[in-house]
Amino acid sequence: MNAVDASVHKAARSPTLLAVMLVAVALFLLIAGLGIGSGGWSNVVQAANDPVSQLIVWDIRLPRTLGAWAAGALLALAGAVAQGLFRNPLADPFLLGSASGASLGVALALAFFGVSPMATVWIVRLGLTGAAFLGAVGAVLLTLLLARGVQHTLRLLLSGVVVGVVLGAMGSLVLLIVPEVMQAMQAFLLGSTAFVGWTSGLLMLVVWLVCMVLAWLLSPVLDGLALGEATAQSLGLPLAQMRVALVALIALATATAVAQTGLIAFVGLAAPHLVRSIVKVTHGRLVLLSSLAGGALLMAADLLARLLVAPQELPVGVLTAVLGGSYLIWLMQRSGGASGSTMDGRRS
Amino acid sequence: MSPALSARSLSASLGGVQVLHNIDLDFAAGRWTSILGPNGAGKSTLLKALAGVLPHTGSVALLGQPWHSVPHRMRAQQLAWLGQNEACADDLMVQDVVLLGRLPHQAWLAPPNGRDWAAVERALRFTQSWEWRHRPLGQLSGGERQRVLLARALAVEAKVLLMDEPLTNLDPPHQADWLCVVEALLTHGTTVVSVLHEITIALHAHDVVVMRDGRVCHHGATDLAATHQAISAAFDHRIAIHAVGAQWVALPFVQPNGIPHGN
Repeated sequence: MNAVDASVHKAARSPTLLAVMLVAVALFLLIAGLGIGSGGWSNVVQAANDPVSQLIVWDIRLPRTLGAWAAGALLALAGAVAQGLFRNPLADPFLLGSASGASLGVALALAFFGVSPMATVWIVRLGLTGAAFLGAVGAVLLTLLLARGVQHTLRLLLSGVVVGVVLGAMGSLVLLIVPEVMQAMQAFLLGSTAFVGWTSGLLMLVVWLVCMVLAWLLSPVLDGLALGEATAQSLGLPLAQMRVALVALIALATATAVAQTGLIAFVGLAAPHLVRSIVKVTHGRLVLLSSLAGGALLMAADLLARLLVAPQELPVGVLTAVLGGSYLIWLMQRSGGASGSTMDGRRS
Repeated sequence: MSPALSARSLSASLGGVQVLHNIDLDFAAGRWTSILGPNGAGKSTLLKALAGVLPHTGSVALLGQPWHSVPHRMRAQQLAWLGQNEACADDLMVQDVVLLGRLPHQAWLAPPNGRDWAAVERALRFTQSWEWRHRPLGQLSGGERQRVLLARALAVEAKVLLMDEPLTNLDPPHQADWLCVVEALLTHGTTVVSVLHEITIALHAHDVVVMRDGRVCHHGATDLAATHQAISAAFDHRIAIHAVGAQWVALPFVQPNGIPHGN
């Protein structure tokens, strides 16, 4: 009986409490993030009367930490929506080929514009952001074209895999032909929050807000889909139109995050699992909580990336892959003994 | 009285193979009709086509109105469908699953009102699953889960209820409980159509539709001898229907030499 009692208790955990905790963690990390860097907290203390310190804290550390939150929130939102739409707990934001599309875009841009010296890094950055965004959106459109629309879930998944593999191969080909871009490309592939300034940070926050409202509006469809497509249809849900909107939502959120921060693995996959292992909620809340969790996760990873080998820093994507990967393995081991509802329970 | 649900030259295909061939059927309002037939006869497909969740040709009329003239939401309020082997919402709580049955009645994104909660509670108590309302569906056994999914379909409180293998994983007491649920629905004037493999349970229905190879071979009242013959014939005369007390019971028919004929 103990197991049952414990599980009843677990299911009754408050989603509101979880949301408050996640926001509190994010705020704590935001403040902690101000003090992490070569000058440490002395920059924060001197910020009031030292213009250099002010610049470091206000224009570099703050937008970067905020940007890490926004990118994590966007990826986790896309992940939660993808897992609901495809009724597959292994779905992640890059499922529709956007990751390889973005890499190909960046590789082509680097190959054509050339690798610039550090002085023009910001201009290049802007061009690369656009290329990554276009690449990601283009890949999703290509996937939709191959799948002949969004109505057939399995065809959509397979097309996503095919597009991912083919565009990935084309990206590698570009690297092979123009090997000079390899190093610049690596930064993108590993994912980094180092270049997020106020503009891109705010852009991500605005897009997140739009996507969040859209996801909230569409959440009853995701709940209905959890009972199967036919049942959702029998409940009178206009699946055809809503699927298009949900795919557009995944594409927009993923492309925006990828364009600003590169390929950050596992946040989109792990954050919804983390939330589901703590509370059982319908999709409206699941998407919001996953976003908050993803934001906090990437922020924490960003801080660790700056701290671990200071004054050097690790690419944040490497950290999220290691942390997220080990978390998923732990979750798998833990749920393997029980009913395993989080990881392996769902059939489609 | 006009039929609650009627089909005219209804045909449907699965994966390029035609599974339903020009079905003409009328389901009388307020009655329970059992659809019987061997595996692959097209029973589930017929139910799906009637529920409008499968592309089909021909026409279906719900409560006297042509299917396509009724908006999705109205249709979903009037007709509920309980499928088999649909994906499981393991990460949703039982009461959230049952609340989904109220979707056709709720304004988009409106929080559930008192009537919705009352319907959810009725449905959960009806299927004896009220105590699990705060547990995730993934933690329930197959039979318990089936009762929750039944509660989801009941929560719609539709005039027409289509059920595909609703007794899957249910033990005999809960099969009997399901009969009580159907009886209660019928007294409220609900039209019930079920696909069942438990022939003895199916013979509690008012009417029986016998299907074979995607066609209807018989449609008649359960008590008629002709209906019993049609059922027996559909199952290659391998079952026999007997009267036990006030019930009809289907038993396997063992041939004298004990060896099945055929190859």
